[in-house]
Amino acid sequence: MSVSTEKFAFSAENLEVAKTIFAKYPEGREASAVMPLLTLAQRQNDNWLPTAAMDVVADMVGLAPIRVYEVATFYTMYNLKPVGKNFVQVCTNLSCLVKGADEVFKVCKNKLNLENGETTPDGMFTLLEVECLGACVNAPMMQINDDFYEDLDANSATAVLDAMAKGETPNPGSQAGKRVGCQPAGGLTTLKGGE
Amino acid sequence: MLQDKDRIFTNIYGLHDISVKGAQSRGDWDKTKDIIAKGREWIVDEMKASGLRGRGGAGFGTGMKWSFMPKDNPLPSYLVINADEGEPGTCKDREILRAEPHKLIEGALLASVGIGAHACYIYVRGEFYRETEVLQRAIDEAYAAGLVGKNACKSGYDFDIYIHMGAGAYICGEESALIESIEGKKGQPRLKPPFPANCGLYGCPTTVNNVESIAVVPDILRRGGSWFGGIGRENNTGTKLFCISGHVENPCTVEEEMGIPMKDLLEKHCGGVTGGWNNLKAVIPGGSSVPMMNKAQCDVALMDYDGLKEHGSGLGTAAVVVMNQSTDVVKVITRLAAFYKHESCGQCTPCREGTGWMWRMMERICEGNAHIDEIDLLQDVTKRIEGHTICALGDAAAWPIQGLIRQFRGDMEAKILAKVGTHADAAE
Repeated sequence: MSVSTEKFAFSAENLEVAKTIFAKYPEGREASAVMPLLTLAQRQNDNWLPTAAMDVVADMVGLAPIRVYEVATFYTMYNLKPVGKNFVQVCTNLSCLVKGADEVFKVCKNKLNLENGETTPDGMFTLLEVECLGACVNAPMMQINDDFYEDLDANSATAVLDAMAKGETPNPGSQAGKRVGCQPAGGLTTLKGGE
Repeated sequence: MLQDKDRIFTNIYGLHDISVKGAQSRGDWDKTKDIIAKGREWIVDEMKASGLRGRGGAGFGTGMKWSFMPKDNPLPSYLVINADEGEPGTCKDREILRAEPHKLIEGALLASVGIGAHACYIYVRGEFYRETEVLQRAIDEAYAAGLVGKNACKSGYDFDIYIHMGAGAYICGEESALIESIEGKKGQPRLKPPFPANCGLYGCPTTVNNVESIAVVPDILRRGGSWFGGIGRENNTGTKLFCISGHVENPCTVEEEMGIPMKDLLEKHCGGVTGGWNNLKAVIPGGSSVPMMNKAQCDVALMDYDGLKEHGSGLGTAAVVVMNQSTDVVKVITRLAAFYKHESCGQCTPCREGTGWMWRMMERICEGNAHIDEIDLLQDVTKRIEGHTICALGDAAAWPIQGLIRQFRGDMEAKILAKVGTHADAAE
């Protein structure tokens, strides 16, 4: 964790959201709000979490800052340094590996000219190799910001990144054009009768 | 093969209306009040009769688990639903969250009646942001329609349901780590006993169930435990979501009867193994933590708890990862070793250190830079981790490697022998 000179304050809107977060947990159990508040802070702060934000959360929850740092450093989704506008996370675990994730990851590296964990100089892209994201029947896949891009190959992964670079947001989900979700791409084998 | 009339998840592909209205048109939220009126004991008895075993991987009887909840404890009780789906190969709960959220919410209400809880937390992995949006919308709809909240379904039972999102930690799928995480701490598993039923969330009686286990509850209670119990085989009853990935023509998630032959599952729903059945090399039948099976085993294996145990593997989460002859199985298991090293919470020494040892040994074997007798050494290391840790992550890290050594030792040796020039002595 870097020693931070950043300042952080929740927006008025997010202070309202924070109230709904606290309302989920019983009285005296405010510590439960640590994770959702860190997430809220990160989303407000261009998808990364400066120490100043952790301190604000610690203060709101009434915990020593170290207790919040412990949480922020334990969970991988808290970004402790700035990340690109498009945070590209490529799964290379089991099902994705079997279906060619190495190729997809290589294409991303070449296309963005990044090694694992790096950010482009213009701050547009960060590339990260990640563990299983839970879309295995649609492997290989990658997550960009909040969306999953699935059934990838070298070409479709390139197309997604090209569109992102132009400021577009391609339709998430399967990129193979044969299905929308997790059904067999060759046609339904069950539930064929409709509703 | 299971018929559609016995399928629970009739909108699992999200092809139809996901809203509460759509869900009701498919039979969800039908006479929920009457089921609640039958009471806690009836609910637990029906669940026991159904034979449902936990769908998160461990396979413990759900009705039995519920019966452990105390009836005279002055503290509040909690239902916690584990939607921290992260076992490599597994993507079934995601489909429930995004296509069948009302089955989960209704199940949460009925399960809570069954265990005497008035509040439920659903712990969804942080990466499932879009899925959580769908689930939150469904919860909001259920509140607006009076299905949950005060006097849920006009039953007189008060019930609140909340989402708590994770932030990237496989270990939080372990129930006590998950509880720690909701309490705002690092997700490190607790020593047991005490078990969550006595001392769980906030020190209160708590039941932690998997998403699929809860989502099948309404159908079981409406149609009767004996209906569910009549599907599949004894001790392995019911229907099950299988997610089949890897080298099949059409990877997919599908609801099938427990005990379906593996070959039927792959050929009827997935278009078969890429390159044909004889091109099959190995299958991991229940998510990354269960040992690999070879083709001869796959030829005859039945897809349920006992059927896969017979072959030294397990049903786990029913995440079936298929690998054909083009697969480097040593590389696959090396990748899993890296995964477990990454996900070890660091609390227990055998796991924290051992997962690193195993990964480094696997890396060297994978590159051929090892001595042939290191395979036995690796086996020995796995045995010093398995069973020596607070939670099952240590076991889960050891089993895939043991499975590889058992089934594909020849592949490991071949990699080492390929570098025989530098290891002439090793080949002796």
